[in-house]
Amino acid sequence: MIALEKRPQPARGWVIGAPLLAVVLTMIAGGIMFAALGKDPVGAIRIIFWDPLFSEQFSGYSRPQLLVKAGPLILIAIGLSLGFRAGIWNIGAEGQYIVGALCGAAFGLAFWPSTHPLIFPGMVLAGLLGGVLWAMIPALLRVYARTNEILVSLLLVYVAEAMLASAATGWLRNPEGAGFPGSRNLARHAGTDNPELIAGTGMHWGVLAAFVAVIMAYVIMTRHVLGYQIRLAGQAPRAARFGGVNAGRLVILCMGVSGALAGMAGLFEVAGPAGRISIDFNVGYGFTAIIVAFLGRLNPIGILLAGLLLALTFIGGELAQLMLGIPAPAIQAFQGMLLFFLLALDVLANYRVKLKRRVAA
Amino acid sequence: MTALLEISGLCKAYPGVVANDDVSFAIQPGEVHALLGENGAGKSTLVKMIYGLVKPDHGTMRLRGAPYAPAEPRAARAAGVAMVFQHFSLFEALSVAENIALGMEDPPKPRDLAARISAVSQAYGLPLDPFRLVGDLSAGERQRVEIIRCLLQDPKLLIMDEPTSVLTPQEVEILFHTLRKLAAEGTAILYISHKLEEIRTLCDAATILRLGRKVGECTPAAVTAAHMAELMVGKSLAQPARAAQAPGAVLLAINGLNLPATSSFGTSLRDVRFSVRAGEILGIGGVAGNGQDELLSVLSGEITTAPDTITLAGAPIGALGPHARREKGVLCAPEERLGHAAAPDMSLTENALLTARIRRGLDQGGFVDWARTREFAQEIITRFDVRTPGTEVVARALSGGNLQKFVIGREILQAPSVLVVNQPTWGVDASAAAAIRQALLDLAQGGAAVIVISQDLDELLEIADRFCALNEGRMSSARDARALSMEEIGLMLGGAHDMAEVVA
Amino acid sequence: MIVDPVTLMVALITVATPVLLAAIGELVVEKAGVLNLGVEGMMIMGAVCGFVVAHHSGSAAVGFAAGMAGGAALAMLFAVLTQLLMANQVASGLALTLFGLGLAALIGVGYGGRDLPAVYRPFPEVWHDIAVIGPIVFSHSALVYVALLLVVAVWLVLTRTRIGLVLRAVGENHDAAHALGYKVVRIRIAAILFGGACAGLGGAFLSVVRVQNWLEGMTAGAGWIALALVVFAAWKPWRVLLGAWLFGGIAALQLRLQAAEVGVPVALLDASPYLITIIVLVIISSDRSRAALNAPAMLGRIFHTSG
Repeated sequence: MIALEKRPQPARGWVIGAPLLAVVLTMIAGGIMFAALGKDPVGAIRIIFWDPLFSEQFSGYSRPQLLVKAGPLILIAIGLSLGFRAGIWNIGAEGQYIVGALCGAAFGLAFWPSTHPLIFPGMVLAGLLGGVLWAMIPALLRVYARTNEILVSLLLVYVAEAMLASAATGWLRNPEGAGFPGSRNLARHAGTDNPELIAGTGMHWGVLAAFVAVIMAYVIMTRHVLGYQIRLAGQAPRAARFGGVNAGRLVILCMGVSGALAGMAGLFEVAGPAGRISIDFNVGYGFTAIIVAFLGRLNPIGILLAGLLLALTFIGGELAQLMLGIPAPAIQAFQGMLLFFLLALDVLANYRVKLKRRVAA
Repeated sequence: MTALLEISGLCKAYPGVVANDDVSFAIQPGEVHALLGENGAGKSTLVKMIYGLVKPDHGTMRLRGAPYAPAEPRAARAAGVAMVFQHFSLFEALSVAENIALGMEDPPKPRDLAARISAVSQAYGLPLDPFRLVGDLSAGERQRVEIIRCLLQDPKLLIMDEPTSVLTPQEVEILFHTLRKLAAEGTAILYISHKLEEIRTLCDAATILRLGRKVGECTPAAVTAAHMAELMVGKSLAQPARAAQAPGAVLLAINGLNLPATSSFGTSLRDVRFSVRAGEILGIGGVAGNGQDELLSVLSGEITTAPDTITLAGAPIGALGPHARREKGVLCAPEERLGHAAAPDMSLTENALLTARIRRGLDQGGFVDWARTREFAQEIITRFDVRTPGTEVVARALSGGNLQKFVIGREILQAPSVLVVNQPTWGVDASAAAAIRQALLDLAQGGAAVIVISQDLDELLEIADRFCALNEGRMSSARDARALSMEEIGLMLGGAHDMAEVVA
Repeated sequence: MIVDPVTLMVALITVATPVLLAAIGELVVEKAGVLNLGVEGMMIMGAVCGFVVAHHSGSAAVGFAAGMAGGAALAMLFAVLTQLLMANQVASGLALTLFGLGLAALIGVGYGGRDLPAVYRPFPEVWHDIAVIGPIVFSHSALVYVALLLVVAVWLVLTRTRIGLVLRAVGENHDAAHALGYKVVRIRIAAILFGGACAGLGGAFLSVVRVQNWLEGMTAGAGWIALALVVFAAWKPWRVLLGAWLFGGIAALQLRLQAAEVGVPVALLDASPYLITIIVLVIISSDRSRAALNAPAMLGRIFHTSG
């Protein structure tokens, strides 16, 4: 009989080991899934994890894509991780991402066709504020009306999607677009574009922002009183109040920061890789970022690595779709599996597994 | 005559601790048998084995001559063994009758059950309404729920784990009356306690445990309390030393505090007023759940009030939060060590930062100086003899006594002008408790005002200069602790609000 | 008149049934002290399993059974993670939703637009034509009545039976329940599986009866609304029914208003079920006395026997 015994201290080795083992197990389980779909499992795993980076045929296109995809994931996940550490569950980053993109794009389009150098910074600010605004709804409702922020932030994603649809087909629609849905292309217009900063790398302002966010989050979490208070509030809320942490202020701060980063991610995307507001502008970065945050152990450096890995699965997934005809949803299931294995293996960090002989009754 | 329960050679080890080592003794039918020992002596583990919650590593038990090895509490109950827990296993949101039904194998229909509850509660002098929610009951009433739940099973052996720790002296009398009646009817009672006088009054036989081993047995009425204490502790403890001194000026004053209950089963505080002077220890007695937690939260600043409700040397501080109060020198140590006074999964260094950041200057412009924080944690460990491998150990890895020394030490080393402690020695071994009491006395000696909230009346009488009682959120007026008898204290605890008029 | 009240009532009941099924299941789970945020994932699994199996077997009833099995299978994953491996319930629930959405989409590739067997309607055809009450009361498929009976059954079991009492006890104080010898983990796993089966059945109703098609992401937040309904209902079964009808009414009404092209922006109508759910949640949550009284005390807490 197997029994679990709580460890006096979390095992350091497993804190790092569990995510790595989870990746390996996901590859195996994913392989089984691909085999069940009638595809070559080893080939599929190689196409997803190896070819985008190292195959001569694809890496030229795929390598820059890695940063393009990882940028928003990391940026959003860093914001989420602060709240998750404090026990504040913003799971509506997808909505904040959309609203950020809408506000930023609206700002840029309002001055169309100006190319004034302050327009792009203004768009970033507008995107940031849009994300904050959307995140403030669940934050304020939690603080002042004790409403569950998980449900409110999530439900607001659907509201944001309705707004996105109406923007793409109505108030942000390209007047010269022959009535087709979708806004003007911001990325192909100097002044509103978020360009590739170093050619061939995929590096744009959003990726840079993500790196800055990683460094700042690292400093805050390890050195600053705020980081201490966030961890305290998440681990022992009552001790946090005793220690003078204002729980309401912390909710507003954490939700605000995660909203701001998600909103910025949305703006960088609409002004860069996506180029314009369209009905299907959002591709689920806000949800995948939840996986990134957990896989990275809510640790900034971990999130950086996890963001790159999940970006790889997006790119590799597209490649696998192209080369092997693996359906797109397979990758989503694959990413979900990764989170499952991680959560399952977490038990090893906090508990010791013991084999017990049954005592004869 | 065969013993009702015979235990031989029971052993149980947990990682790093031997909870029970070769324990043997026997209980006769109709006997009230005391199991005596300090916190951590292994009493709880032993009774959990008898009740089927824990399986022994070695050793055997025989019940009425037949082998007895309950795999689970259900089996123990079926064999006629019932248990009243120290921390009640009750469900606050359920009614008395529902709670009792949950503890029965084959409960009758709700209406019949209610009738039986009323019958039993009258027969044993334990009044109880079957339809009230348990969350609304006092600690004494909750214990009655547990006892009646056991009695309805018609047990042969009733185990009671520290039953008087939550009772007023008058309620203790009622309980003893019930237990004697049960014993006279032939029920054996295994009575766990560390209170010697109680055992001398009630019990026919006693088995004494120390560090998991049986160190002796005796007939309590035939030996002195001092003899039992020596067996239990293994050495004689130094009584805290105190020198009489004239108290100084009033430091902290509470002026008519009213606070509605913060949760559905919480206690509201009503017109609480008291003051404490420099160099004085004020003891606040009372059974837990009568507003102690709420009072501490108000004093620590976790709950704020109107500014004038609390004054420090005449200045209003009622509206200040925990940080601002600490800056002014008002420090607190709450009862719940894990989760309130300390974060269980954080290291001692991180827990040192919890309250000491401002007074010990542990940060610069919001950036934590971890080196200084570690030094401070080390200082607490050294000065207060906290047994731990180091400063980076998480708080939950420490024993109750060591963590409590750390928490109290953390506050005392910040040189408070007012220190409020709630249950400073609850669940703490005797030597750590003595050290903590001495530290509190020394602090008062140095000119600080100290408020000690405790259920342990002996402790309060030992260290407090003045004593008052908290009952259902009301506070009696404070009286000189040295001039009080146990009976007067009992009256104060039973109805603190009436006392003021009687005494005046 | 833009909207006919009778057809609106009929639509209301149809729209409400999937969330009602999912919510009543989640209520049982939460009463046992477990918060499973994976309702959306379990529903969509039920929707796809129900649709695929109903299509192949030619029987709606077999499809419903498959939907329940699909939801319960996913719930089993959650049960293993949270009850046996002591994983965080919030994170595990989110994982369940993300994984369920992906896996369901994968299973359902190529099934959109396939044909379905007819569903069984228990009352005779002629009854459907009775004025007003005919369509509202008698015209529905069997599962609608099953859902209503389920509400009554859950209410009876929770308040009147020993199983219900034990379940509530486990949700109130798992340590005390354990001390009394109840199998906390086993009871919770059973509740989680029940919740999964209900959510799966709700999903199957959505694909096989209401929409009669398979679309990726077709639950569109219904699982989250079911979670909100449990809070709205203050963990009382009959109030779940009330909440589901309220939601169904709004959702059915907004669809009709869109069809009628009244002067309200489409985006606002699309968003209205979610917005109104949020507003109702806020109203309920800010009433301190009521919201706190019924919430199981152990909701979301990890149980581990130490010692």
